[in-house]
Amino acid sequence: MSTPPWLHPERVALLEQQLRRRILILDGGMGTMLQKHALDETAFRGERFVDGHDSSHAHDHPGECDLKGNNDLLTLTNPDIIRGVHEAYLEAGADLVETNTFNSTRISQADYHLEHLAYELNLEGARLARAACDAWEAKTPEQPRFVIGVLGPTSRTASLSPDVNDPGFRNVTFEELVTNYTEAANGLIDGGADLIMVETIFDTLNAKAALFALSELFHQRGERVPVMISGTITDRSGRTLSGQTAEAFYYSVQHARPISVGLNCALGAADLRPHVQTLANVAQCFVSTHPNAGLPNAFGEYDETPEQMASVIGGFARDGLLNLVGGCCGTTPAHIKAIAEAVYGVAPRTLPAQAQEAA
Amino acid sequence: MPRYTRLSGLEPLVITPDLLFVNVGERTNVTGSAQFRKLIKEERYEEAVDVARQQVANGAQIIDVNMDEGLIDSEAAMTRFLNLIAAEPDIARVPVMVDSSKWSVIEAGLRCLQGKGIVNSISMKEGEELFLEHARMVQQYGAAVVVMAFDEQGQADTCARKVDICSRAYALLTTRLDFPPEDIIFDPNIFAIATGIEEHNNYAVDFIEATRELKRRFPDSHISGGVSNVSFSFRGNNTVREAIHSVFLYHAIKAGMDMGIVNAGALMIYDDLPTELRERVEDVVLNRRADATERLLEIADNYKARKGEVVVENLAWREKPVRERLSHALVHGIDQYVVEDTEAARVGSSRPLDVIEGPLMDGMNVVGDLFGAGKMFLPQVVKSARVMKKAVAHLIPYIEEEKARTGDAGKSNGKIIMATVKGDVHDIGKNIVGVVLRCNNFDVVDLGVMVPAQKILDTAIAENADIIGLSGLITPSLEEMSQVAREMQRQNFTIPLMIGGATTSRAHTALKIEPHYKSPTVWVKDASRAVGVAQSLVSKDLVDAFIAKVRAEYAEVRERHKQRGSGKPLVPMEKARGQRYTTDWAAYQPPQPRQPGITVFDDYDLAELREYIDWSPFFNAWELAGRYPAILDDEIVGVQARELFRDAQAMLDRLIAEKWLTARGVIGFWPACSVGDDIAVHSVPSGESGQDWPESSGKPLAMLHHLRQQVDKPADRPDFCLSDFIAPKTAGKRDWVGGFAVTAGVGIDEHVARFEAAHDDYSSILLKALADRLAEAFAERLHERVRKEFWGYAADETLDNESLIDETYRGIRPAPGYPACPDHTEKATLFRLLDATGNTGIELTDSFAMFPTAAVSGWYFSHPDSQYFVVGRLTREQVDDYAKRKGWTREEAERWLAPNLDYDPD
Repeated sequence: MSTPPWLHPERVALLEQQLRRRILILDGGMGTMLQKHALDETAFRGERFVDGHDSSHAHDHPGECDLKGNNDLLTLTNPDIIRGVHEAYLEAGADLVETNTFNSTRISQADYHLEHLAYELNLEGARLARAACDAWEAKTPEQPRFVIGVLGPTSRTASLSPDVNDPGFRNVTFEELVTNYTEAANGLIDGGADLIMVETIFDTLNAKAALFALSELFHQRGERVPVMISGTITDRSGRTLSGQTAEAFYYSVQHARPISVGLNCALGAADLRPHVQTLANVAQCFVSTHPNAGLPNAFGEYDETPEQMASVIGGFARDGLLNLVGGCCGTTPAHIKAIAEAVYGVAPRTLPAQAQEAA
Repeated sequence: MPRYTRLSGLEPLVITPDLLFVNVGERTNVTGSAQFRKLIKEERYEEAVDVARQQVANGAQIIDVNMDEGLIDSEAAMTRFLNLIAAEPDIARVPVMVDSSKWSVIEAGLRCLQGKGIVNSISMKEGEELFLEHARMVQQYGAAVVVMAFDEQGQADTCARKVDICSRAYALLTTRLDFPPEDIIFDPNIFAIATGIEEHNNYAVDFIEATRELKRRFPDSHISGGVSNVSFSFRGNNTVREAIHSVFLYHAIKAGMDMGIVNAGALMIYDDLPTELRERVEDVVLNRRADATERLLEIADNYKARKGEVVVENLAWREKPVRERLSHALVHGIDQYVVEDTEAARVGSSRPLDVIEGPLMDGMNVVGDLFGAGKMFLPQVVKSARVMKKAVAHLIPYIEEEKARTGDAGKSNGKIIMATVKGDVHDIGKNIVGVVLRCNNFDVVDLGVMVPAQKILDTAIAENADIIGLSGLITPSLEEMSQVAREMQRQNFTIPLMIGGATTSRAHTALKIEPHYKSPTVWVKDASRAVGVAQSLVSKDLVDAFIAKVRAEYAEVRERHKQRGSGKPLVPMEKARGQRYTTDWAAYQPPQPRQPGITVFDDYDLAELREYIDWSPFFNAWELAGRYPAILDDEIVGVQARELFRDAQAMLDRLIAEKWLTARGVIGFWPACSVGDDIAVHSVPSGESGQDWPESSGKPLAMLHHLRQQVDKPADRPDFCLSDFIAPKTAGKRDWVGGFAVTAGVGIDEHVARFEAAHDDYSSILLKALADRLAEAFAERLHERVRKEFWGYAADETLDNESLIDETYRGIRPAPGYPACPDHTEKATLFRLLDATGNTGIELTDSFAMFPTAAVSGWYFSHPDSQYFVVGRLTREQVDDYAKRKGWTREEAERWLAPNLDYDPD
């Protein structure tokens, strides 16, 4: 057979056992939490980047670059804050926490001239989350905690042209994305991630590059970790940015045999519901969702309260759509706690018969 | 869940048994289509993309793309073509079959597909290991695969070898790899028959029998093939070829073939084949007699297609029952037959009103639903309304007659009084909303433009209206609307108030209108929302919840506004003026106009102006979002934008040829100097005049009053006022300011009236929108000529229309009432200086709107640093200062500057 064995078979068995038992809780927004710290340029730079570039990197470019807004960099320059966010979500009841690595690819870090950090950011991001999870698992052994290594969408799209006058143009290739994701995923696995999640998928071709990178990487390493996939329906048209319906999206990524498929970001829970339902109807694997706290208002803020969001998601759960649920933009530990309470005791979605046989 | 093959483009394609047979489009294949090969070789990709589009339109459920040709860089062509069709939703919705005999080309294709496509093909030609390696990659890229019946010995021709090779491949894929059986598609090789070589005669039978056996052994997998190969020996005779395909498929599909590469548009129906032809083809395909080929050749020439056959317009819908004909006409906006169909429906109904309430309303409901769902766009809806109006116009005399007889009248959703408020003359948006509401069975009483508050209220009472709708475009209308709301409250109105128009907003309605009126007050964003809002307001079931929601929303807006305060605090006037824009005036040489004083343009050439039209706002007026020309290819609104653009061009042709409109304009230049934030305008000196200006101390002809930004900016960024761009009096230089007023709307009323009489709102709105564009184009063109000729400071400027739209030239033409000089009343001074009304016929309303509406006026500034800016919010200090300069009371100043106040006036 072509599929390599699990890297941590006992962790996968534990995860699958939990997934069959109950709806698992993902964490919530990282950016939202960091905004509350109102960090300034100095905080982002820390000591190592005090001059606006990497003082420990011999070949770094001269001159400086503003680093404020590079949230992933805080993993290196202010790890206590990131660890604090993980802890807050674990305390709120999250079973799985996502690493602070949404933009930790060469392509995304190039905006800050920090391409060379890609592997390190993923490695340290995974280690931070690992440490937080291990500490909580020791505290609450009955509730195992899992680290999800996050692969974000990057700032480019492989199937859309950024130039309206030349629809055939692309500013990133499949091969470049594969290289980027391979490096990032190596860091995540080396840092101790239990799973990898390809998330916030605007463009399925980017995701396919990530999945290609992962399967090639697993093939080379001779071991694999479970993969979660989460797409993004960008507006009420019910399509991804690259134009796919939720069902078409699932068929495009099904070959990666993910442990779960789901939707996150861009919409609030209520607007996501029909599309989560679509996935729940067709998916051979577990189904996840981590919506935003509603749609952004005119000032770009998210207004949905923990109670509002939890009440909508409680409905999803009772209708048997969910296996994993959490929050994306605008959600806080209070949201996660409310969601965890709303789905507590509700049976998880059962897998279709054929998939159960296979598993 | 059954093991169905699940493919995707933008949309899913699940191959279930009830699909019977999946058509794979074959025309985008350079080896199969000479036309497509030519297009790719000559890099005519746009046309090549059209070939794909036709395939999908003709029913291809998957498209096969093949670029295997010696003289083409196949990897590059595959990438380019797949990237291009990815941008076309009507093509990209189906999955792609990447077809090549070269693995590198297949891989290039797979790297472009976001959906799950099919690889065509891999085989064991070069051994099992390479076959498995490729299969593993296919799996990793996420595609299904066509496996060709080809091994180390060569291509399989007999039934037995086809089955053997495919079975071995299946075993390898499912045991050495975990390839899903449903993602395996066998191609057991379709070879040409009737070639004259005896060994070829059984090829079709071999294929069909192999198919039967493979389907039996591997029911989850599929059987496919390139169908046109089978008839290769009859090339040049498409009728016979299509007959062979049809017969071949008929039998192969019965045996289990469930996919095929075919010319989706050309397939003939087996039962429709002429009997003689079908029988002789069947003999050949099934190898039923030794002389089958000769017998088919005997009759083949009789079926050669005649050249020059033309496609006739599809009028099949005319054959349908009258109800469906009316619905079709409404949905497609076809008014050609509507009167005769309406008459037919009337004759068939017991009451003429039944035609409206039955088939016509049903048709309009379909239109409304499609519009609401975003499947139809505004120009189509307005065309549908035109059809509706014509139908209704035909019925009205009969309805009146019946009403006179029985005293019965029809039911409507409700009655809405609509008006553009006092002082404002803009009505395109209001008319569109009126049309859309009428389409949805509202009774609309349109009071037109410049309607005083009391007339609106009196009409509402007289008509027993259910809703009042106010519209306006210019900023003073905002104040007028809140005035109407106050009056409604004072006069104890309780019917809902709808607010719309370009400068209105949710925030303004929440802050400045709703608080004045206790009954429901709702802002309507655009025409597409108007129906939903109106229906919610008149529905007893919906109104309470709807209004509660709106009220909560507005309360929140107010709360947020309060909390936000006024944002960054403004700076005092002294600081703002201290930070004025300034330059070394002593070193500056103001350009002297070549033609000072007034120049009048009577009857400007519209054909010339047409070239200067900025089309983007035209599309936006129709609620089609996007920038011209890209909007014409927009994936969502492109089709509508193109149609609208065609209609606009056709109307422009006529209105220019038949001189429907006259364009008139006037420009002028006067010596000027800045005095504080004002500009003093002096008379044009007689005779030659140099730059030194001793007489600037004389009494000015007029004072232009301007407002200054009060934004807290870093010291190096000025707080602008337009007077900063004119040399100050103290510099002693003779600087100049210019002014202009143009219209392209002279004569429009007659034609608008003509269209409205013909129930043709579409053309009426189109004409108004075009007149607006021509007026803007006129302003743009004159400004260009001012720079090059009349003022002449940029005589050698050469810019294309795009650069003009992007304003990459020197000098500006700000208009009173717009952000750099937001006070509309300054138009009065401009008009006096230009004698604009006498010279062009443009008049000003009480609120200083221009009439005809297709008009533009403004100032000219020539300074190289002059630029557009937004004055923004003003403190009371500046308002008081401005009032003093204008000779106004504070209250007058606050009324005219209401949208800019940074504070709530007392």
